[in-house]
Amino acid sequence: MQLIHIAAFTTAALLARLAGGGRWRNPIILIGSLIALFWLQPATPIRNLDFWFPLATFGLTALVWTVTRPAGTRPARADWIVLAGGLALILAVSLSRYAGPLCCLTASRPPQPWLVAPALLVVGLLGFAIVRFVSGRKPAALIAVLLLIGLLIVLKLDPLTRAASALLRGLMEQSVEQASALDIRWLGISYVAFRLIHVLRDYQGDRLPDLRLSEFVSYVLFFPALTAGPIDRADRFVAEYRQPLPLTWDTVYQAGSRIVIGLFKKYALADTLALIALDDMRAAQTHSTLWLWVMLYGFTFRIYLDFAGYSDIAIGLGRLLGITLPENFDRPYGKPNLTEFWNSWHMSLATWFRAYYFHPLSRALIRRFKRLPTPAIIAFCQMTTMMLVGLWHGITWNFLIWGAWQGIGLFAHNRWAARQRARATAPVGASSSGRLRRVVNVLLTFHFFLLSAVWFALSSPAASWDVYLRLFGVK
Amino acid sequence: MASDSQPIRRGSVLRVIAKAVVLFVVVNLAFALADPLPLIGRVSVYNWLVPGRERLPFGENPASYNLSLFQLEAMFASHEIARPKAPDEYRVLVLGDSAVWGILLQPPETLAGQMDAAGYVAADERVVRVYNLGHPTSSLTKDLLILSDALRYDPDLIVWLVTLESLPPEKQLASPILQHNPEAVRDLIAAHALDLDPADPAFVNPTFWEQTLVGQRRALADVIRLNVYGVMWAGTGVDQFYPESYDRPANDLEADVDFYGLPDPLTAGSLAFDVLAAGIELAGDVPVVLVNEPIFIGDGQNSDLRYNFYFPRWAYDDYRQIMADLAAERGWRYLDVWDAIPPSEFTNSAIHLTPEGTNQLMREIADWLGWAESK
Repeated sequence: MQLIHIAAFTTAALLARLAGGGRWRNPIILIGSLIALFWLQPATPIRNLDFWFPLATFGLTALVWTVTRPAGTRPARADWIVLAGGLALILAVSLSRYAGPLCCLTASRPPQPWLVAPALLVVGLLGFAIVRFVSGRKPAALIAVLLLIGLLIVLKLDPLTRAASALLRGLMEQSVEQASALDIRWLGISYVAFRLIHVLRDYQGDRLPDLRLSEFVSYVLFFPALTAGPIDRADRFVAEYRQPLPLTWDTVYQAGSRIVIGLFKKYALADTLALIALDDMRAAQTHSTLWLWVMLYGFTFRIYLDFAGYSDIAIGLGRLLGITLPENFDRPYGKPNLTEFWNSWHMSLATWFRAYYFHPLSRALIRRFKRLPTPAIIAFCQMTTMMLVGLWHGITWNFLIWGAWQGIGLFAHNRWAARQRARATAPVGASSSGRLRRVVNVLLTFHFFLLSAVWFALSSPAASWDVYLRLFGVK
Repeated sequence: MASDSQPIRRGSVLRVIAKAVVLFVVVNLAFALADPLPLIGRVSVYNWLVPGRERLPFGENPASYNLSLFQLEAMFASHEIARPKAPDEYRVLVLGDSAVWGILLQPPETLAGQMDAAGYVAADERVVRVYNLGHPTSSLTKDLLILSDALRYDPDLIVWLVTLESLPPEKQLASPILQHNPEAVRDLIAAHALDLDPADPAFVNPTFWEQTLVGQRRALADVIRLNVYGVMWAGTGVDQFYPESYDRPANDLEADVDFYGLPDPLTAGSLAFDVLAAGIELAGDVPVVLVNEPIFIGDGQNSDLRYNFYFPRWAYDDYRQIMADLAAERGWRYLDVWDAIPPSEFTNSAIHLTPEGTNQLMREIADWLGWAESK
């Protein structure tokens, strides 16, 4: 997201709340989210993919909504209007290729309408078929979840992504030999997929409220949080979508402050640290242990400032629109142990994994394997959760190892904390020795995470191991 | 931020906005009036937190951890020349174009780098330390601007490599570093009565608004970026992007014998020899050695008309003769090594040398200067 996007979104948010006494808010959120879908999508080497990806995102969203329709219900008139409006907007984006200097919302010239119309027809027919034959049937939700996970695997596993690129290049009559995983840059799909999976799982558990298509699309594609979260809950989002928080000067001040702080974190601090943050090339070029540490610190602070800054902007924009997006960061580098760290880093993702993986798995294991000691179950659940969190970033050995590193750390702290409780040890207090202990704990926790960041910054286990050896002067 | 019990009211928000606007306007106006950028440029992490760069900043490829900027104070502050001169140091500055700066050469492989590493000793037994002040644009006036700033670093000798490409009148103000330092260049034009137009439209004369903080944001960002890149310079020693391959100098040449539309034969007045003289005058008591740098001499098609891509034979021969005559007439110390380096030791242009070619050049110059290697 660039500054021009943020300026436009801020303007749209204020307009949404002020125009017509706020009665245009929901339509502006909906239409703004659809427009942002196309506007934010970066260009790709494969022709027109910067149009087809947003269309696919909208199509996925609409189709998942049809899957989660309660049994025996039909889409209301308002839903058909929203669907027709969405399809019309997509067609309009395609037609903008003829608009001369006004073209284009997409990064490159969109495909011709006679190519787009059949795709929209397919989405419409699929939706109709789902409504007619599948809605209300819970197994359909499970299949949808598995398809979304499959999609994420294709997008995160390099050989599969490359194969997808080759397939798409072939379809577009472009060189297949140049197929690369980097061709497939699908804006926000990880976050969209997680929101959709959350909805499908809640639908399976009868926890999902009845949502209109406009509410559903606005939730999944909410433009402030489209590219990188936070991942909100549908029921919570829709409550404020239907009944927005009032726009007071206090809200404007809070939201504005949040946006300004986010801009500073992301564009001033994070982008400056990006000049020196550790990566493969810099690690290979650096011949000094000291400067390697400096680059690692640079990387560790950069990822926090970049992500936290972006979250601040999203939360600020959400607040302007009367939606309280969940917090994503709570000063993680100041936490005295890894458990508190992971309760304060990318909190919405951690909450998601806890709700849809960790707790169901641990409950199922406890029920199924009663003889298994609880620590073993905790270890397994924590390790696999964190490894999945790692793999969510990309299916590579490095992300897997990074996840395992976090899992081991979490389990170690879990056991240590349990032992402390068993000894009825008094918590770290406010005495000077208590404060000192807290400082030491914070430094230890931070450096545990910092050292794990090597796996994150580099692309191969060999390169990562080489960096560790050089960081500690062994090489 | 407000506590939950005391929400912010409209008046507070409007006051904050008003104060922010006033502060913004005041800071911008103050910036425009005070022009603090030169002072800011002197604040540098180089030479204390990180080592000084071995050549002036240049280049915009992010992989080079380098950038081109026009802020002379910042450029010099980042260079190793800004560190204090040692008591036993014989300080030598090497001026020139991209060949001196070292396109495709690592810093230690440049002329100044190899001279510095050779461990030469001056006649008075001081240790020769050589500093690369080359900058990759061909313009004697650019060299003069750099020289004018460099003299405050107390050099003992200036080695100024020149070539015909730096002398045509239309090249003199073509360099962006000159265009963005109009006042300094105008001062030089006035002080030395140079045959250059102080009102040349090439000069970038910022308006008042362009001198505000907003207007100068790019220049300020460049200074910050230069300092941040100090970490990468210190850690990697990389300051240039090296392509995997490059094209060798053209050996088959065009039949065209034009040289910047200048009349045949060339005269001293048709080239910027006045700038050369101004540099020697500016240096004062500091001896200046002029070196006509080596060029690639082709033997392919039309090599009877042209030496290489840059120079038709007639123009280059005239230039060499004029240089030799002027040097003799005015007592300039002048070394002509135009054909000292074989064609095989040129890289991607008719003036850029390989490390070995640079080494050969270094020995030519050092021998001529009578430098001895330390025992």
